[in-house]
Amino acid sequence: MNVILLLLPIALMLGFAGLVAFVWSLRSGQFDDLDGAAWRVLDDDTQDRE
Amino acid sequence: MSCCAPALDARSGSQDLLADAARAQRLTEWLHAVRQDNEGIGRLVLSVPEMHCGACIAALEGGLSSLEGIHTVRANLTLRRLIVTFDNDEPDILDTIERAVQRLGYDASPVDLGDLDAERDRQEARKLLIALAVAGFATANIMLLSVSVWSGAADSTQHLFHFISLLIAVPAVAFSGRPFFMSALTAVRAGRVNMDVPIALALILSLGMSIARTIVGEGHIYFDAAVMLTFFLLIGRYLDQRMRERARSAVISLTRMAPKGARLVSENGQAEWVPADELRPGHIVRLTTGERLAVDAVVLSGEGTVDRSLVTGEAEPVAAAPGTRLEAGVLALSTPFDLRVEKAANESFLSEIATMMEAAEQGRGETASLTDRLAGLYAPVVHALAALTFVGWMLWSTDIWMSLDTAVAVLIVTCPCALGLAVPVVHVIAAARLFESGILMRNGDALERLAEADHVVFDKTGTLTTGRPRVVECALATTRERYAASELAQHSSHPAALAVADYLPDPATPSAEAIREEPAAGIEARFDGRLARLGRADWVAEIADRPADAAALRSGLAFAFEGDPLRPIELAESLRPQAVRTVEAIGDRGLPVELLSGDGPRAVSAIAERLGIADRRAECRPADKLARLDALRENGAHVLMVGDGLNDAPSLAGAHVSFAPGSACDVGRLAADFVFTRQDLGAVDNALTLAHQARRLVRQNLTLAICYNVLAVPLAMAGLVTPLIAALLMSGSSILVVGNALRLSSGERGSASHQGLNDAANPTAQQGFAG
Repeated sequence: MNVILLLLPIALMLGFAGLVAFVWSLRSGQFDDLDGAAWRVLDDDTQDRE
Repeated sequence: MSCCAPALDARSGSQDLLADAARAQRLTEWLHAVRQDNEGIGRLVLSVPEMHCGACIAALEGGLSSLEGIHTVRANLTLRRLIVTFDNDEPDILDTIERAVQRLGYDASPVDLGDLDAERDRQEARKLLIALAVAGFATANIMLLSVSVWSGAADSTQHLFHFISLLIAVPAVAFSGRPFFMSALTAVRAGRVNMDVPIALALILSLGMSIARTIVGEGHIYFDAAVMLTFFLLIGRYLDQRMRERARSAVISLTRMAPKGARLVSENGQAEWVPADELRPGHIVRLTTGERLAVDAVVLSGEGTVDRSLVTGEAEPVAAAPGTRLEAGVLALSTPFDLRVEKAANESFLSEIATMMEAAEQGRGETASLTDRLAGLYAPVVHALAALTFVGWMLWSTDIWMSLDTAVAVLIVTCPCALGLAVPVVHVIAAARLFESGILMRNGDALERLAEADHVVFDKTGTLTTGRPRVVECALATTRERYAASELAQHSSHPAALAVADYLPDPATPSAEAIREEPAAGIEARFDGRLARLGRADWVAEIADRPADAAALRSGLAFAFEGDPLRPIELAESLRPQAVRTVEAIGDRGLPVELLSGDGPRAVSAIAERLGIADRRAECRPADKLARLDALRENGAHVLMVGDGLNDAPSLAGAHVSFAPGSACDVGRLAADFVFTRQDLGAVDNALTLAHQARRLVRQNLTLAICYNVLAVPLAMAGLVTPLIAALLMSGSSILVVGNALRLSSGERGSASHQGLNDAANPTAQQGFAG
């Protein structure tokens, strides 16, 4: 059963990492414009955007 | 040609004046919408409804970011918004932005008119989403642990798992459950009970019980139930929040339309600007061209045309001469006026409308939504059941732990998960469906109210009709006459003249001399020394060969050369696409249709007959419309109002539910519950269909949620509910409710949006030249 003591923290850490990543992406505005992002991929990003 | 020049100037001048006045007003609106940070950087959020694809994004961002003084431009395709940050010290920066957007071919309007609610709402939604993420994380992990416990983990492993669950659940619920705890606390403090009180109680009790049980090491552990509850409830709460686009107060922006002051003429003839609230009845004010009047006043001197569209909703310029009474908000078009103030600013027409709207909005606020009414019943029943269970088990078994356990189980299974999801999920899907067919919904309640509508009231101009007249019959015989009429028409910006200019061919060589526009009558000029007039029939008849019959004189527009017979030109208002079909469809639903218009009886009857509306009232002032709506409400009718102008705004705010076209004035759009952005009126019927579907689904969902409780509560009261059963019941009912709501998204989609062109080609109502 000792393997559980190793696996549990790993599972929790992975989950927690996912949560942190989500909160970070939300705060940095990555979910603000989902439709626009789909189009921007096709755009040659020549001009310098701030 | 030199003799034409002044007339040409005068014409383009008056058009520019109109455009300039409108522009100036728009820019003031923009100015109010700019937010400035500490470093002098202005931020403006614009709504650009025509933004459709990547090309639009590239065009707008590319076109604007190259301008002087612009820092960043960011387009948001999901929200159809453009966020511009710029150097606020740069002179005329707003003007530059406005022109650039126009030049790119887009129509932009500021998203909010100076209030901060939008930003706060967005922050609120984001906080809820983060709380939702935390709750989701906790639910997933605790469920993993719980499943292993349910499938047989025992002894020290079980104890360890419970302990880890505790470590995750307590902080997660403490963080994610805040919205419920806060709301419950506020309600209890105010001596009320809302839906959040049983939720908060269930969360706290189940956590507390489970902590105690974990430490003791026996009994039912409800950590999984507590976090799952939080998770499901937050989903409902988040959807609800997203639906609740702030109900911007239309009244604030209305008062902005009135100018802040006027030029007061003192006894020695000097004009001096004073604030509006210092103006008293009897004061003389001067109104220059392109300026809006701040108070109600009577014209003393000056003769020309004014734009009364704010007051009547009709776009045609109206003649004003000494003795004419003008309302606040009227725009002087052709000449300056001196006026005597009739009423103080706070008693003016505009403030009257603002007051009416405020009263009307408050009157409507009393109708509680279905969920609120249900919540009022729900909480006391749940608490009573839990208490009953506790007391019952105490008497039966005298085991306090056992009794407490059962009571908590009752609280948990009755927690309104499915109930909390039942309504918002349907509303969100309905809003998405409406958005697809070009209808914007202000809040979810509006959908409920729309389904209740049982009486439909239309405004005429701008709603049933497009407000732009067209020529349907033209008696001009010779090419010479056609050219002359066309040339005359091109020298006026009057809607009727524009219609004639559109209809007739352009003259090969301009030959008009001594062109003169007579306010409220028409336009005249000499062609090779011969006088010709285009305008109101009786005015044209003065120079015509023989007086035409009385009917021809009364009606509309005519053209004549001096000494030649009168040539009547018949104009008609064009109906909005789908108008006939929509009125018919609404009639087929069994809803009575009524027409309330500020226009004259003749124009109203003509349109009403064309559309088959028997019930109509002409020459309605805003107060008359509101009074009619009140009368209908007294009779128990739920009125659906469709209107556009400022004169409709109080009725839009006061009706049970209201629609405005996207072309409506700002106040009209803000006062309405639904705004349809496409031309055709079919949107009203589509929305009605969808509202009925949505209502059916909401009712089914509520029934499902209640059935679940009827099933689960006796089990819980009997003490048969284990954590496993609680989890199954809760998630099962929630999935059922969401699945049922999803049926709405797969219904048939707005099918009849392309059949409207026939209606537009069949207008009949005649329209006079006289304003």
